[in-house]
Amino acid sequence: MQAFFAWLAGLPQLVQIPIVIVAFLVVVGAVIFLIEVVPRSGRGLSWVRAAIAIGVPVVVLAVLGLEKGAAWVFLLGAVLGGGLFWLDARSSKGRGRLIQLALFVSPALLMMAVGLIYPTLRTIVSAFMDKSGTTFVGLDNFAWVFSAGGSGGLSSLINTIVWVVIAPVAATFVGLVYALWVDRSRGEKFLKVLIFMPMSISLVGASIIWKFFYDYRQGNQIGLLNQIVAWFGGQPVNWLQHYPLNMFLLIIILVWSQTGFAMVILSAAIKGVPAELIEAAQLDGASSVRRFVNVIIPVIRPTIVVVWVTISITALKVYDIIAVTTAGQNSSSVLGYEMVRQFSLLPPQSGHSAALALLIFILVIPFIAYNARSLRKDS
Amino acid sequence: MSTLTAVSASHRPHRRTHQVLSSPWATAGAIIIAVVWTLPTFGLFLSSFRPADDITTSGWWTFFAHPQVTLSNYAQTLDFTSGISVIKALLNSITITLPAAIIPIVLGLLAAYALAWIDFKGRNILFIAIFALQIVPLQMLLVPLLKLYTGGVSVGGLHLFPGFAANSLSNGFAQVWITHTMSALPLAIFMLHNSLAAIPTSVMEAAQIDGAGHGQVFFRVALPLATPTIASYAIFQFLWVWNDLLVATIFTSGQNAPITKMLSDLSGVYGQQWYLLTAGTFLAIIVPLIVFFALQRFFVRGLLAGSTKG
Repeated sequence: MQAFFAWLAGLPQLVQIPIVIVAFLVVVGAVIFLIEVVPRSGRGLSWVRAAIAIGVPVVVLAVLGLEKGAAWVFLLGAVLGGGLFWLDARSSKGRGRLIQLALFVSPALLMMAVGLIYPTLRTIVSAFMDKSGTTFVGLDNFAWVFSAGGSGGLSSLINTIVWVVIAPVAATFVGLVYALWVDRSRGEKFLKVLIFMPMSISLVGASIIWKFFYDYRQGNQIGLLNQIVAWFGGQPVNWLQHYPLNMFLLIIILVWSQTGFAMVILSAAIKGVPAELIEAAQLDGASSVRRFVNVIIPVIRPTIVVVWVTISITALKVYDIIAVTTAGQNSSSVLGYEMVRQFSLLPPQSGHSAALALLIFILVIPFIAYNARSLRKDS
Repeated sequence: MSTLTAVSASHRPHRRTHQVLSSPWATAGAIIIAVVWTLPTFGLFLSSFRPADDITTSGWWTFFAHPQVTLSNYAQTLDFTSGISVIKALLNSITITLPAAIIPIVLGLLAAYALAWIDFKGRNILFIAIFALQIVPLQMLLVPLLKLYTGGVSVGGLHLFPGFAANSLSNGFAQVWITHTMSALPLAIFMLHNSLAAIPTSVMEAAQIDGAGHGQVFFRVALPLATPTIASYAIFQFLWVWNDLLVATIFTSGQNAPITKMLSDLSGVYGQQWYLLTAGTFLAIIVPLIVFFALQRFFVRGLLAGSTKG
């Protein structure tokens, strides 16, 4: 596999795409072919099943490029395959079923084990190790994060909390108000597109767009924000240099890109509010603000919470905005960025980096658990 | 006739709520927000067509007093090279994005089909475990995966997996495709499973009675019926990978950097070269914008479903 990828890397760029996709589809085709073959009954097919159950793991291990000294790994693969064959042969629901199942799910399961579970465990371990990753240091890395002197750890944690408090509320609020204001108005579709479009723009693009908006220079301003200040007779400000002002201005970028998401979902929810409810409130003489607060909000409250939680998760993991605008200068760093920065220092502070990553992980859990719970309630 | 009644019935509450909710003031407020939301993008977009000197000496709003349009920023940006050329970076983005969108969908479909239509012990637990894997933030994965790709794995002093060749790490895309695939799988399986599980049992059973095995049912019944979900997910994943910066920063080190990484670097080093950044930004976001306008319906569905990813 390494040889294949090394060969691929030497090919002309646009040839690589079809080759890798075709190679992948050939492998998938082979898997589906085996899935079709496995459950057939007949003489000799037990041998075919056994060959597939034992042969496929061995071939996969060989393709992964395991080194020659790893004979026991091949043996392990063969034994596991043999075990699968034995279980399959004894299965009461018909032969071949278990092998089929394994063929269907194991590519994805293997990739998730290698790509998600293994790294997660490694990072958790690293969070309690020093920067070389070999010496156990207990909670030292977390002590570093929470110590005021730590270069960037504590301030990035505090900033992240501010991001998570402000950005989701602001985006949800503007999205809600906007959804309500454009609801069934003339040009609703067009007005919605204007707000939703930023979602398709990368945060890198969004950050450059806003960096231009915040630009500061001597003489003629080219950033609109400073020009507006100048029009009102003020002095231009170097917006991104002053903490905490820079943090709030960067939060605006995330709010700008997430409001469309909030608006689209909340707009759908508002359209689902029964008209009779609103009419009844109107007959009672409730003002439009009161109708909004007392009738519409309670009905769409679950949706509001889901939107808020979802944007909170995004805010927790922000990386791009900081990387493009300030590179964490002037105390503007956040956990998601600081984690990468600590690792890119020389020498890499892998312990600090892992501790920051673990903090993001821990902070994300309650939000996702909540979303999962409301998702289950829905279904 | 019955269709007509249905249509007019569905319109009636529509009109009434219209009177209830919308007012000229609300529309005016919405327009103000829309203008504020659009101005920054518009300013950068307009600037990208102004002469390079004008961009840095006068605000884009002065354009209307002295309109002067040029495409030279785009020409110069496409010619620009800093380590790699902008054209190469755009090509890299395409090379990264297409396989990284297709591979997780196919692997996810296989797993989702089995989870939905093959009954086995522990099926629910496995499904919940996969769903739970969505909570792992990308930041948890980066460093161990980087070490895996560059140094391989050793178990008990035995070097098991040698890692990728240096050439493919700095020129190739394997590590980027694989990373995107692995981190995409939980969401892919979850979404596709929901869609596959919604296929009526009778349809699946009919196909099986006709003698089709799981392989055939997968192709002839499951795939066609799940197409809308596949399209939504494909668009979401395509945009996610195209717009990604974090994976690109960690796993592309040289000739293989996509346009987002190049823009991010340029914004640091060439932060005042606005002719470059304005045109470069629009070259980078033109693809998502086209996808957005061409496939809006799928786009919204995909975004809504995948909004917690990463």
